[in-house]
Amino acid sequence: MSAQPVNAPTPAEACATCDVYRAAQLRKLGLAAGAFDFVVALAGNPNTGKSTVFNALTGLRQHTGNWPGKTVARAEGGFSYRDRRYKLVDLPGTYSLLSTSVDEEIARDFLLFGRPDVTVVVADATRLERNLNLVLQVLEITGRAVLCLNLMDEAERHGVKVDDRQLARDLGVPVVPASARFGRGLPELLAAIEQVAQAPVTGRVHRLSEEPPAIRSALGELTARLRAAYPDLPNARWIAMRLLGGDDRVASALRRGELAGLADRARGAREGLFAEAKEEA
Amino acid sequence: MSASPESNAAGVTGGAGEDIFQLSRRLRAGIEGDLHEHLVEALYADAGRIASRAVSRPGRERRATFDATLDRIVTSRVWGFPVMLGLFALIFWLTISGANVPSALLADLLVGRGYPWLQELAVAAGLPAWLRGLTIDGMYLATAWVVSVMLPPMAIFFPLFTLLEDFGYLPRVAFNLDRLFQRAGAHGRQAMSTMMGFGCNAAGVVATRIIDSPRERLIAILTNNFALCNGRWPTQILIATIFIGGLVPAHFAGLFSAAAVTGVALLGVGFTFATAWLLSRTILKGQVSTFSLELPPYRPPRFWRTLYTSLIDRTLFVLWRAVVFALPSGALIWASANLEVGGRSVAEHAITGLDPLGLALGLNGVILLAYVIAIPANEIVIPTVLMLTVLSAKMTGVGGGAGVIFELDSPEEIKRVLTAGGWTVLTGVNLMLFSLLHNPCSTTIYTIYKETRSARWAALAALLPLAIGFAVTALVALVWRALS
Repeated sequence: MSAQPVNAPTPAEACATCDVYRAAQLRKLGLAAGAFDFVVALAGNPNTGKSTVFNALTGLRQHTGNWPGKTVARAEGGFSYRDRRYKLVDLPGTYSLLSTSVDEEIARDFLLFGRPDVTVVVADATRLERNLNLVLQVLEITGRAVLCLNLMDEAERHGVKVDDRQLARDLGVPVVPASARFGRGLPELLAAIEQVAQAPVTGRVHRLSEEPPAIRSALGELTARLRAAYPDLPNARWIAMRLLGGDDRVASALRRGELAGLADRARGAREGLFAEAKEEA
Repeated sequence: MSASPESNAAGVTGGAGEDIFQLSRRLRAGIEGDLHEHLVEALYADAGRIASRAVSRPGRERRATFDATLDRIVTSRVWGFPVMLGLFALIFWLTISGANVPSALLADLLVGRGYPWLQELAVAAGLPAWLRGLTIDGMYLATAWVVSVMLPPMAIFFPLFTLLEDFGYLPRVAFNLDRLFQRAGAHGRQAMSTMMGFGCNAAGVVATRIIDSPRERLIAILTNNFALCNGRWPTQILIATIFIGGLVPAHFAGLFSAAAVTGVALLGVGFTFATAWLLSRTILKGQVSTFSLELPPYRPPRFWRTLYTSLIDRTLFVLWRAVVFALPSGALIWASANLEVGGRSVAEHAITGLDPLGLALGLNGVILLAYVIAIPANEIVIPTVLMLTVLSAKMTGVGGGAGVIFELDSPEEIKRVLTAGGWTVLTGVNLMLFSLLHNPCSTTIYTIYKETRSARWAALAALLPLAIGFAVTALVALVWRALS
């Protein structure tokens, strides 16, 4: 990536689509604390380059390594892009959000209870099908997501071609091809994060099309009840699915009335509740 | 439907939540089959459909076959272990043979020139003798020693290790070791935390978080200390160079010392398995969990980037830690050598007191005292040993007086001092063993306490390796003396 001046002069409108210009709008804030306008979560399968993306955006040097399971806890950092401050949370790599291992719980709890404004799912372009399992689960929880199709350089070497536009149409969220190790695709990723963070509503996000027939009626009834009780809940169907699956964590959140808090939460109240979710994670 | 948005006050929603929860329980009871399986099937079907629309493979998979061929070799039952041993021995050899010259240069600069210069400066500034001793003879020299002994080997070892890690070799090592860990009753992922332990045991203990089962995690924590951490590499490398390398002709010395260090590291892995086996059959009985380990593709490491980050993140980080601990320890060493009780210094009293135990273990009182002083950081063991040796042997003509860590800029000179202090090959061998098998440093013990939230497990983690260390060195000394 080219040099990144800290205070770039304001360029003409035409520049706004140029990589160099967009990269120049990035200020890496490292561990800077303070108020943030948006919270961005980084999720993804193990060893897809989440920490590399994290480091590239925050200027921090989380240790990266070519082996799965390297990030065992959450790492947090910040960056500022076009005068907005973003807090970036690097979640442990997981293959799914369904089972009850510690790292999956940390990731799931943060997505569900931390309510990030944007969730960037980093996927390995060379193993798209398996990575999509997690992407689809994330999309069930939140539509405010961006798919970062990382390791495109490797995919090219392996002779794999990924049609990112087709993928974006199918998933209903922005898809950004990238090679984070070489800084490629990061300006586009920043633009996509900004777009999703500031969008008032999400588009038509992919939801699981084939509801298992065995649970269709139960799922429908429970989802309807949840929607009626918590009209603002963005992921009623997913929560219904988890309840039917006997997820204790979701059940206790429901019984303690935490779901209502999630649905009602105004943006200004974010920091306090955010800290709560953090303690539980 | 019962609750409207307006009625979502805390108490009321709790009630609505409870109602919905009860409904979910009733509905759950009516579902046939495993819901989890239904869900996963639906997920896979969707993922497969979407992927097939987006992914095409016009090119042939050249790299994939390269990866597969390499994997067949490095994870094969026959070649896996020899390749692993060969690679690690190569790294140690490069470290040992590459570190000599820069180490000598640094020692010459920091100790040979810097030390007299600072002394003159302090005398000119009119500092009292005790203050000069405490700061320059104690703190400065200890730090200078740590830097010149540790910086060159670490600056070679860590980048090499990180290159292997970046390339993607470590998961293959985990794969090779998995079967052994399973047989020992431990979790296969422990291979990863053990690997981290070779860098730093405190980091290795934190890395055990990737193990879900508490039983297997405790095993991984308790045995992590058997992974030789970088604070102990300089001790191993130096002692191997002096005592083991000296046993063979000069041009084989580097290779032979590297083999000895590899041997000690392997012995540590052996003790990891043995202790895990023992623990899983006594106080930590239970089932072995299964897990899946993904072998990532090999990636060409970015050489300069790796060099830079491993220097900053690992080398300088570890060096800084060593320096932070060397400063107060240097002062402590100087003070213990200069504070006299009943005509003899505190250090001499301690050494005489520890000598019987030390000699029974094939070590000596100096080494044991050094390990007491070096509890905060293994890195300062060697400088402390040298200083105390000179002190207790009442050598003249070496060093600058009591409590002064003196100028020694080559392994030959160090050997001269140690031999004069009564060291033999047995002392060298047992010091290498004891360096592998003793209590973890205080940082690691504290980390274990924080991770397990139990003083008892932390105490066991400290005492278990120490007990093993005493037993092994005593046994080696016994056999050695019987044979010679």
